[in-house]
Amino acid sequence: MKREVVVIGGGPAGLAAAISAKRAGARDVLIVERDKRLGGILNQCIHDGFGLHRFKEALSGPEYAKRFIERLDAEGVEYMLDTMVTKLGRDKTLELSSAKGLKRIEAKAVVLAMGCRERTQGAIMLPGTRPSGIYTAGQAQNLINLQNIMVGKRAVVLGSGDIGLIMARRLLLEGCEVVGVYEILPYPSGLPRNIQQCLLDYGIPLHLSTTVVEVHGERRLTGVSVAKVDPNRRPLPNTTSFIPCDTLLLSVGLIPENELSREAGVEIEPMTGGPLVDDTLMTSLEGIFACGNVLQVHDLVDHVSEESELAGLFGARFSEGELRPLGEYTSIRPGPGIRYCLPQRVSRERDFFLSLRVKEPMRDKKIVLLDENRKRLIQKSFPRLHPAVMVRLKVMVEKIAKAKGLEVRVE
Amino acid sequence: MRRELVCVICPNGCELEVEYQKQGEALEITKVEGQLCKKGPKWAESEIKGSVRTICTSVSVEGGELPLVSVRTTSPVPLNSIFDLMEEIKRIRLKAPVRSGQVILKNPKGLRTLIIATKDIPLKT
Ligand code: SF4
Repeated sequence: MKREVVVIGGGPAGLAAAISAKRAGARDVLIVERDKRLGGILNQCIHDGFGLHRFKEALSGPEYAKRFIERLDAEGVEYMLDTMVTKLGRDKTLELSSAKGLKRIEAKAVVLAMGCRERTQGAIMLPGTRPSGIYTAGQAQNLINLQNIMVGKRAVVLGSGDIGLIMARRLLLEGCEVVGVYEILPYPSGLPRNIQQCLLDYGIPLHLSTTVVEVHGERRLTGVSVAKVDPNRRPLPNTTSFIPCDTLLLSVGLIPENELSREAGVEIEPMTGGPLVDDTLMTSLEGIFACGNVLQVHDLVDHVSEESELAGLFGARFSEGELRPLGEYTSIRPGPGIRYCLPQRVSRERDFFLSLRVKEPMRDKKIVLLDENRKRLIQKSFPRLHPAVMVRLKVMVEKIAKAKGLEVRVE
Repeated sequence: MRRELVCVICPNGCELEVEYQKQGEALEITKVEGQLCKKGPKWAESEIKGSVRTICTSVSVEGGELPLVSVRTTSPVPLNSIFDLMEEIKRIRLKAPVRSGQVILKNPKGLRTLIIATKDIPLKT
């Protein structure tokens, strides 16, 4: 089988990329999705707030997905459900596996849109026993919102990521007592609006610089020990207390899912956990593009859609032979105050969006793009900057036309 | 009086500092700071009069591909009515198929809102 553009993953990123690739003129576009339905994680995100930028409406996740799925059908994009990509080659051949058997596809361009997964108990190495009753926030969301299975009666949430905050409210509305949210950092990891509408609205306490140091219980969780931590995140002696609970939700971070990309030989950036990309969102492998949470963990689905449309567009252009990769790029480095920035290298041939996250909460600062001589090319003021909020800046090509090396920093 | 609020209208989540005077029912906002757009002061006013929120939850469905359909209010309702509203919504039982946008409940608890489905639940095949 041959296809012009193959998109791996049918969540928000894959949907937007495929629609955009088709609209840009790619003759046949195929989405390969491992789940039974399109829409990915949006299916279980029943809360509202999606689409505020794009549709100027506060939609729930399923409604947001539906708008894209309807457009996908209208554009005539082909998709395969219940199908896994088991191997991706650097020559853009894909091996697929489904109940119907194995298949091989040759693609002219590939868009990686596999999303991310949650960090688990194993990944953060919680000391203590291994009782049941410990879930990642997303697992609990799936059980409660899709399967009608309640997880417990008295819950503690570890970590203040957005899904954890959303689930704290969800549990409470479903009649579960939520003792509190415990965050090891001195500031919350989730968006300020979620702190307000998920915790403060319902009087759920948020404990900063505090973490779970031990879990208790043989078969079922009976409680957790929590303790305050010092600035180096080490538990402080004599601050430990026991909290009885039957449920612990973990909302301690998301990891881009790049096993396929790695096996194919795509270069991965340690700071984002996603592929290194240029200003067309092309990875280090020619004709392989990346977008959405597999590239960088986003705060808003609206940004995922916007980014993915670009990846789809450039994927289509590559498949038509209109986009040549460059030998020489200008790199963009994260400077002081910046945790990461993306793309990591640019052609200086086109405008692009610079995405970044800052290292810690700050007020009244500027984000500045400098060239190799420390000349300011772009600067933008922000009354507030927060690591939970992804910053996206449009960079016009004229501004960087002569730069040999770029650095972005907070001042 | 002074109050600090977070505007939740959009993802910017502006932290607003509000100064206001309240005499009985009459409310006068004298100062709002910290907003990135003009919706902020309006939000502050409605928040001080009494918080309202959109509520999202789910309803049981019989004979569908999934046992639940997600639902939401079409307009925000008073925050302090949410638990009563949840009780009301929890009592509903639907039969598949359910269409996204379908009205599930009109003016529950006398509130000026609709409860609509936000997902298609086709018949189980
Ligand atoms: S004030 Fe405007 S920009 Fe700020 S959160 Fe509210 S709606 Fe968004």
